[in-house]
Formats: sequence, C-alpha cells, structure tokens
Amino acid sequence: MGGLQIPMEHVLTLAGLLFSCGLLGLMLRRNIIFMLMSLEVMLNAAALAFVAAGAKWGQADGQIIFLLILSVAAAEVAVGLGLVLQIQRRFKTLDMDQARRLRG
Amino acid sequence: MSMALLILILLVGGLLAWRSEKAQANLPRWVALATVVISLAFLLATLPQEHTGNWLQHMKLDWMPRFGIAFELAMDGVSLLLLVLTLLLGLVAIASSWSEIDFKPGLFHANLLWTLAGVCGVFLAVDLFLFFLFWEVMLIPMYLLIAIWGHENKTYAAMKFFIFTQASGLLMLLAIVVLAWQGMAINGQLSFSYSDLLGLELDPRLGWWTMLGFFLAFTVKLPAFPFHTWLPDAHTQAPTAGSVLLAGILLKTGAYGLLRFCIPLFPQASMEFAPVAMALGVAGVLYGAVLAFAQSDFKRLVAYSSVSHMGFVLLGLYAWNQLALQGAVMQMVAHGVSTAALFMLAGALQHRLHTRDMGRMGGLWHQAPRMGACAMFFAVASLGLPGLGNFVAEILVLLGLFAVQPAFTAVAALGLITAAVYSLRMLQQAFQGVPDKQRSMPDFDAREMLAMGAMMAALLWLGLYPQPVLDLARPVLEGLQTLVPPGDTVAAQAGGAAIVLGAGL
Amino acid sequence: MASIWLIPFFPLASAVLLLLSTGRMPRQFAALLGAGSVGLAAVCVALLARAFLADQEVREVTLWTWMTVGNFTPRIAFYIDGLTVVMMSVITGVGFLIHLYSIEFMWEDESICRYFAYMNLFVAAMLLLVMADNLLLLYLGWEGVGLCSYLLVGFWYRDPNNGKAARKAFVVTRIGDTAMALGLMLLFTELGTLDIQPLLAAANSQWQTGDTLPILATALLLGGAVGKSAQLPLHTWLPDAMAGPTPVSALIHAATMVTAGVYLIARTFGLFLLAPPTQEAVAWIGLLTLLLAAFAALAQHDIKRILAYSTISQIGYMFLALGVSAFASGIFHLVTHAFFKALLFLAAGTVIHCLHHEHNIFRMGGLRTRLPVVFWSFLIGSAALAALPFTSGFYSKDAILLSAWEVPGIGPWLWAGGLLGALLTGIYSFRLVFIVFFGEAHHEPERQPGWKMALPLVLLCALALAGGLLVLPLAGVFPHTGHHQPNHLVEYISIGTPLLGLLIAYLLFLGRQVSIDTLVESPGGSALRDFWLGGWRIDPLYDALWVRPYTALAHWWRKEPLDGVYNGVVTVVQWAHHKLIATQTGELRWYATTMVFGLVLLVAIMLRNAA
Repeated sequence: MGGLQIPMEHVLTLAGLLFSCGLLGLMLRRNIIFMLMSLEVMLNAAALAFVAAGAKWGQADGQIIFLLILSVAAAEVAVGLGLVLQIQRRFKTLDMDQARRLRG
Repeated sequence: MSMALLILILLVGGLLAWRSEKAQANLPRWVALATVVISLAFLLATLPQEHTGNWLQHMKLDWMPRFGIAFELAMDGVSLLLLVLTLLLGLVAIASSWSEIDFKPGLFHANLLWTLAGVCGVFLAVDLFLFFLFWEVMLIPMYLLIAIWGHENKTYAAMKFFIFTQASGLLMLLAIVVLAWQGMAINGQLSFSYSDLLGLELDPRLGWWTMLGFFLAFTVKLPAFPFHTWLPDAHTQAPTAGSVLLAGILLKTGAYGLLRFCIPLFPQASMEFAPVAMALGVAGVLYGAVLAFAQSDFKRLVAYSSVSHMGFVLLGLYAWNQLALQGAVMQMVAHGVSTAALFMLAGALQHRLHTRDMGRMGGLWHQAPRMGACAMFFAVASLGLPGLGNFVAEILVLLGLFAVQPAFTAVAALGLITAAVYSLRMLQQAFQGVPDKQRSMPDFDAREMLAMGAMMAALLWLGLYPQPVLDLARPVLEGLQTLVPPGDTVAAQAGGAAIVLGAGL
Repeated sequence: MASIWLIPFFPLASAVLLLLSTGRMPRQFAALLGAGSVGLAAVCVALLARAFLADQEVREVTLWTWMTVGNFTPRIAFYIDGLTVVMMSVITGVGFLIHLYSIEFMWEDESICRYFAYMNLFVAAMLLLVMADNLLLLYLGWEGVGLCSYLLVGFWYRDPNNGKAARKAFVVTRIGDTAMALGLMLLFTELGTLDIQPLLAAANSQWQTGDTLPILATALLLGGAVGKSAQLPLHTWLPDAMAGPTPVSALIHAATMVTAGVYLIARTFGLFLLAPPTQEAVAWIGLLTLLLAAFAALAQHDIKRILAYSTISQIGYMFLALGVSAFASGIFHLVTHAFFKALLFLAAGTVIHCLHHEHNIFRMGGLRTRLPVVFWSFLIGSAALAALPFTSGFYSKDAILLSAWEVPGIGPWLWAGGLLGALLTGIYSFRLVFIVFFGEAHHEPERQPGWKMALPLVLLCALALAGGLLVLPLAGVFPHTGHHQPNHLVEYISIGTPLLGLLIAYLLFLGRQVSIDTLVESPGGSALRDFWLGGWRIDPLYDALWVRPYTALAHWWRKEPLDGVYNGVVTVVQWAHHKLIATQTGELRWYATTMVFGLVLLVAIMLRNAA
C-alpha cells in the first residue's frame, strides 16, 4: 500500500472546499434540515482531512478519529432530528428565523 | 475513619429524613433529631485521648493523586470545639423549628443535616481542595433553606447570601490554586495538603495577594465590616433554624478559616496586614452596634449585633497573642450559643405574633414571663455581663489587644457601651412597657425551655469555668504564636493602623 | 473559715430558686426565702466579724481558678480584711433590714417572687464585689450589681418611663465601667496581675509617685467609681433611678451599690497614693458634686428625688475624704450614711406606702401626729444626715471636714466648700421634715405601718444615732494618718454650721419669718429654682451632646449605607446586561455567522502573531 497515492494538497483542498460549502450552507440556509445537512458536510470535511493525514503518516490515529467523528455525527443526527420534530410541532415551520424564542 | 463516618452519618441522615416524609409528615423531625444525637454520641465516643502528631485525629485517603488532592481530614482542639458546637446547635435548630415548618418537612430537615455535614467537613478538612468542596457543600443547602422556607423577601436575601459567599469563595479558589502551584514550584510536587503548604517561603508580593484571597472569603463569611451587608438580610429572611445555624456556626467557619488557613499559611503577609484587619474589626464592632440600635426588626437587630461581636473575633485573631487568640476562640463558642438563643427567641416570637417588628410588641413579659426571662438572660449575655461566656471572650480579646494596640482597645471598648444600648433597647421594646390586652400568646413550652435552659447552662459554664475550652484550644493557638519571629510583634506594624482607622472612620 | 463562700451563696441560691419558680412560689414562701437567705448571710457575717475582731487576721479563700491563659490567672477567690468585713456587715445587716421591710412593702405586688429574686441576686453580687480578691472578680460583682440595679429600677416595667430610667442607669454607669475595664487592662498589661494585693505591691515597686502610668490607671478606675457612685459628670442616672420600689432605692441607691465607687478607691488606695493628680481630682470631683447635688436637692419636690440628690451629695463627701487621703473617714461616712440614708429612704417609703404612692412633698404635710413612728425615724435620719451633734453623721462628716482642713494648700478651700455643703444639707433635710410632717395635712394616711416596716425603722434609728460610736477595724487596712491637730475654731464652726442650716430651714419653712414664696417667685428666684429642679440642666446638655447625635447617626445609617456600594455593582451589571442583551437575537444563523467571523478573526490574529 505505502502511504497516500494522491497529492496531499488535493485532498486538503477538497476538504477545505467541502468545509466552506458546509459553513456557507449553515450561515445562509434558513431551513433547519439544510442546516443540519451542512453540519454533516463540515464534519465530513474534517473527517476527510484526518483520514488523509493518517494515510500520509501511516498512522492509525486518523482513522480512529474518523470513527469518532462518524459516531458523533450519528449522535448529532439523532438529536438534530428530534429537534426538527419538536420545532415542526411547536412552530409549524422549519424556518429557523421564525423560531427565535431565545432572544433576550 | 471516624471523622469521615461522622460526615457520612449526617449526609445519609439527611437522605433518610427526606425520604421519610413519604411515610409520615412528622417523621423527618425525629429522623433529624436522631441523626444529630447519633453523630454527637459518635463524635464523643470516638474521641481519642492522645494526640497523633499535631492532631487529635488524622486520616488521609487518595482521591485524585494526580493533582495531589486527597480526602484528608484532621481534628485538633479548635475543630473539636467547633464540631461539638455545631452538633449542639444543630439540635437547637431542630428544636426551634419543630412546629414551625409545615411545607416539605422532609426536604427541610435534609437541607438542615446537609448544612451540618458541610460545616463539619469544613471544620475537619485539611486538604485545601476538599476544604473548598465542603465550603460549597454547606452553602447550597443553606441557600435552599433561605430560598424555600424563608420569609417575605426570601429570594432577594437568599440570592444576596449566595452571591456574596460564592464570589468570595471564587477568590479563595483562585488563591488555593495559586498557592498549590507555588507549592509545586517550591516543593517540586503538586499537593493541596495543608501540611505540605504550611511554611512555604512565598514571594512577599504574591503571598500578600494570595493571603488576601483567603482573607476576603473568610471575612465575607465572618462577616467583617464592610462585607457584612448580606448578613442582616439573610438572617432576617431565613427560617428560625436557618438563622440559628447561620449565626451560630456558619459565621464561625469564617473565623475558623482565618485561624486555620489564612494566618498560618501566610504568617508574614498576615502580620503586615494585621493593622488593617484590626481596624476592620474595630469598625465592625462599632458599626454593627450603631446599626443594631437603629433597627426595629427583632432579627435584624440580632443580626447586626452579630456583626459587632464578630468584630471582636477579628480583633482577637489579629492581635495575635495568647490572650487575644483564646478570647477569639471563646467568642466563637459563646457568641454561637448566645446568638443562636436570641434567634430562636426571635423565631418563637415571629411564630406566635406573626411579626418581627418590635414596634408591635411591648409588654410581652406580662404574657410570656419565661420568654422574657430568656430574652433578658441572652441580652445581658450579649452585652457582655461578667459570669457569662461572652464576657470572658471579650475581656480576653481586649486584654490581649491592649498589649499591642491600646488605642484600638479604647475604641473597641466603646462597643461595650453600645452593646448595652442596643440590648436594653431590644428588651424594652419587646418585653417591657404596656402589654396589649388583645393579644394572647403561649409562653415557651417544655421543649423550648429545655433548649433555652441548656444554652443558659452552657453560657454560665463558659463564663465561670472556661478552662476546659481554653485548654482544648491552647495547643493550636500556641502553634500559631510560634509562627511569628520573636520580637516582631503586631505592635511593630502599628504605625499604619491609626491612619487606616482614621480613614475608615 | 473555709465556709466563707456560704455568705454570698445563700442569697445567690435563694435568687436562683426564686427565679426558677417563675413566680409560682407562694408569697409567704418567697418572702421567707428572700429575707431569710439574707438574714442567714448576715448571721454568717456576724460570726465572721466576731472571729475577725478577735484575731485581726486577713483571711484568703480560693474557690477555683476562673481561667488560666498564660500569666493571666484570675481566681474566684475572696480576700477578707477589715474593710471587707465592714462592707459585708453593712451589706448583709442593712440589707436584711431592708428585705424585712420589703416583705410588707411589696406584699400586694403580684411579682413579689421576682422582686426578692432580684434583691437577693443583688446582695450576692454586692458581696462578691467587696469580697473579691482580684479586680476581675470585683468587676463581675460590679457589673452584677449594675444589672440588678437595672432590673430593680425597671421593676414595674409596664410604665415605659421606668424602663427608660433603668436603661439610663445601666448605660451611664456602663460608660464608667468601660473606663474601669480599660483601667484593668492597663494594670494587667503593665503589672502582670489583677490580684489586688500583689497588684498594689507591684505598683509600689515599679512606679514612682507621680508617674504617668499610675495617673492614667487611677484616672480610668476613677471613671468606673464616678459612674457607679453617681459623681460628676456621670451622676445623672441616680435621680431617675428613683423609679424603682423604695426599698430598692434604700438598698441599692443609698446604702450599698452607689458606695461601690468609694470602696473601689479605698481598696486600691495604694495606686491612688502614687497618683497625686488623680487623688486631687477625686477631692475636687467630690466637692463639686456635693455642692451641685445639695443645691439641686433644695429645689426638688419629689421626696425620693430629694433623698437621691442628698445621696449624691453625701457620696461627694466620701470622695472628698478619699481625695484628702482620709480613707478611714470616708469609709466611716459610708457606713453611717448607709444607716441614716437607708433609714430615710425606708421612712420615705413608708410615707409613700401609707399615702397611696404620693411622692410630692407639697401634697403631704402634718404627718407628725398621724405617722409618729415615721416622723421620729425621719427626724433622726435627717438629724444624722445634717450631721447635728452626737448623731452618727456628725462624727463621720466632722472627721472628713477636719481632714480636709489639714491638707496643705487647697485644704481650706475644700473645707470651706464642704462646710457650705453641710449648711445646705441642714437646710434641705429639715425643709423636707418641716414640709412633710408639720403644717396642714393634705391627705389622711390610708394605713399604718406594720411591725415588719416599723422594726427596721426602729433598728436603723438606733444605728443612725449611735453608729458614730462604732470603731471600725480599719487600722490594718489604711496607712495611719497622724493625729489631728485640734483646731478649736475650725471644730466649732464645723459643729455650728448644720445648726445654722436647721435654723434657716426653720425660719423659711416652719416659722415663716422669711417668706420663701416671695424669694422663689421673684424672677431670678424662679429661674434658679427651675435650674436646680432640673438638676443644673445637665440632662438636656447630655441629651444634646451624646444621645441625640447617636440616635441621629443610627437613624441616618439605619438602611445600611454600605449596601449602596453593592447596589452600585448590581446597577452596573444590570446596565451591561441591558446593553449586551441586544446581541441575543435568538436567530441561529446570526449566531453561526458571528461565530465564524469570530473564529476567522482569532485565526488571523494567531497567524499574525506567529509571523
């Protein structure tokens, strides 16, 4: 096998692009489902960078972190979907600009 | 181990009292009473006769060895005295609230016992981290006691109490961490143990600031002028048992902290600071007395009298010679008893008359001569009548102080006059004068007289034969005195004090 | 005599029993216990006195060590010498008579139990005061008698005025007590002990006559004495203290407690001899007080207030004696004063008792035939008070005046002042007799005194007449002050002055040769009368100087000014809260965006720092 087959820069660029996409989505979308999806994209971008780095140095740590991120993402989805259901039930909408009861 | 068991008994007793409410509404009182009696008996039964090293009793269990934090408890004469006082006043607190609390008695007594557990922990812990933990443990149930079972303005009072204590506790935590970190720099290993941190050669500036952190936390609790303003509110709004515990023992944790930690850990800084501390003490003595005179609320009056009396403790601790230190310890004990009794009386009056306003009392002696006699006894105790414990305390403090600071002594002695003024005014307003014919109220019953009688006997004993108490405290206080290099007495630092006092007034 | 402790123990135990009974004890039993315990103590004192007179031996008894802190080791211990025996005899002897009298006087009071409890407690505390072997135990008794005085002055607590008088008595004396406490601290700090005899010895060896420290220490002790003995400037409490039952005034405010200051100075005379300026101050305070009080007594119309001012004035004589080193004469006057003043108070009490609580002398009159026992008692008491020849007061006052005369320098002035006082004493004491017992009757007495009231009066009459013949066993206590040079002119003047006073009183109040009314109603006269009636307006002065500023200060601070500081912090926090709350929009996207920008900013800063 022997390390990373494609250049590191490419992978990191891809990860950065993915992360930016996710971030922009988080900031611009109003629907909470899309916001959650954007979060997932950001998490996966980070995970990609870890895997790439792990491959580059031939260490298992990257993959371990990837597994951790997977489980965090799963947990986040579970909580997030619960939230989505509750928000839908209370506000009759998924537009987060409408649901701002927490304002001071 | 017996010390850990003591705390455990109280904690578990609290849990039991809480749960027992489900079975029967009256049960928590009995459970609480039994718990305190058992722990008192346990404490006295397991009392060692011999010192092990510096301590009467010592135990150490690893807790977080990585950070040098251990579950380390130790007992010496002063802690033993205060433990006995704590448990006895715990009994008084339970007796005083016997018929007062109808709302959730289980939780009430649980909080009561947990407060006691926290206080016992504070008096026993010699690991600074553990000490801080217990410091918080005693705070939270007390907060709940005030916030849930307090009087008309309870939320405000409870919050004020919490914020003052918590904010000053934060300073102490910072100081503890800084001290432990310094200890690591000097000793090479991280430890929060009292014995490891004692006698560190601290950088004077750093030592001074760290000392200040401890000092503030303890003087807020004491409370010393000008950090006392939480106390009148908390005392006034707390339920009777809360006031009894607060005045009787929680205030003593502040004095104990100064005695156990602040002064021994930072002898040099404390020495430099002594004139300021004594000036605060004098200011507290007089300020508390003047404000006590101005109050029309019975409990508020007693609360301000506490400020005045605790000023003597501060004076005694920082006058720093044998007489004054003994006086300070004596004042802790005697004031605990006399003020607890006065608060119990105030609570009984409020329970019967539904007011604390002395303007609406008057002539109560006629309707309740036993209450009047008790009020008389404890009022004259608090004005320092010879033959009662408070006098021994005050005269020792003043005698000790006179040797180092005659001018301060003269000013502080004015407190003897002002104490008479407010104590007698209280008696006059509440108990003398024309009785209200419309009013009928029951006098003290047997349960209340028993508690009162015990406290009277205690004060008489302290006043006429205080030697056992003095002997218990002596080794500890002698240890304190050796911290000061000979010849370098507080008097040498006196120069700045007069200026501070002048500015303070 | 190890059982000396029984003497204060009897009244103390009785007081405790009476207090514990909380008023449920039958009054017969309470009276028996109350008077009996003091009687028992009196018997013990008599035995002790007999033994003491036989061997003249000082007795020291230690019960236990009060506390031991370093070298501070006050003991609960008694020191019995001649002075103590004299004081104990007066306290228990006169005290017993007054207790006996009280049984009848207080019989109809519902709180007779409480009354006897306080009275017994007082006797116990007073005994501790005089028996104490160290100054701290003396201070215990000192404060104890102060407390009992407070309790008894305010005994009829339903009248707020009584409570006010009681508090005034306690607080004013407490001012003196605090000075005394400071004196004890100074003495202990300098001499290392509070045991009286070692203390005096140490003072003699460490201090020179006229040093600053003994002057300061004695001045502080004098503060305590002045407060307790109602001397200038702390005398204002005593006239008001007459609010208590009359036997209380007889016991506490005439015979015993108010003379505690005299006892204190006599007990520590060794210190005062080291401090001539203080001692001179004692003499001047005594002189000023005796004159001031005598003038004030002239204008009073409350029978008890007249006697109160006369007490202040007589204690002034004792202070004068102490000030001129005539310690034995001072104590002698203390003893005779205890006899005749207790007699006068008890007689006055009988008048008040029989006239249904009438205090105003101008509403009495003509009681000579209606209350003969009282009249004779009063006459004898007044004669002794005015120091008419061959009464007890004559011997003691004469001795004081002669001693004053012999002081070099200021002596004649002191003597002349004392003489003026004696003249005034003659006038006011017989003014009282003539107005109350002669002239027209305004009220018929409701009742006659029974034997329990009459017997103490008769016995005290005998003592007031013959008390001057007593030889007090004080020779071993005080230094011998040389024989008086008999100066006959001085002696005749001293004897004649009280008679002159009697004559003036006769002319003014009985014979009416000179109309007192025209004198008083003239503009100057009435102003002077009001001035003296108000006790030289010292009360309003103190009110303006101390009481009102203090209450004003307390009222001003009442709401806790310091809370302003903490509330300020709260206000700042709240203000910041209202400002920052605008950022809490509740919009999730706004939060995310600000977080991103914050992060970018942070990274930028870090990169810049790294570069």
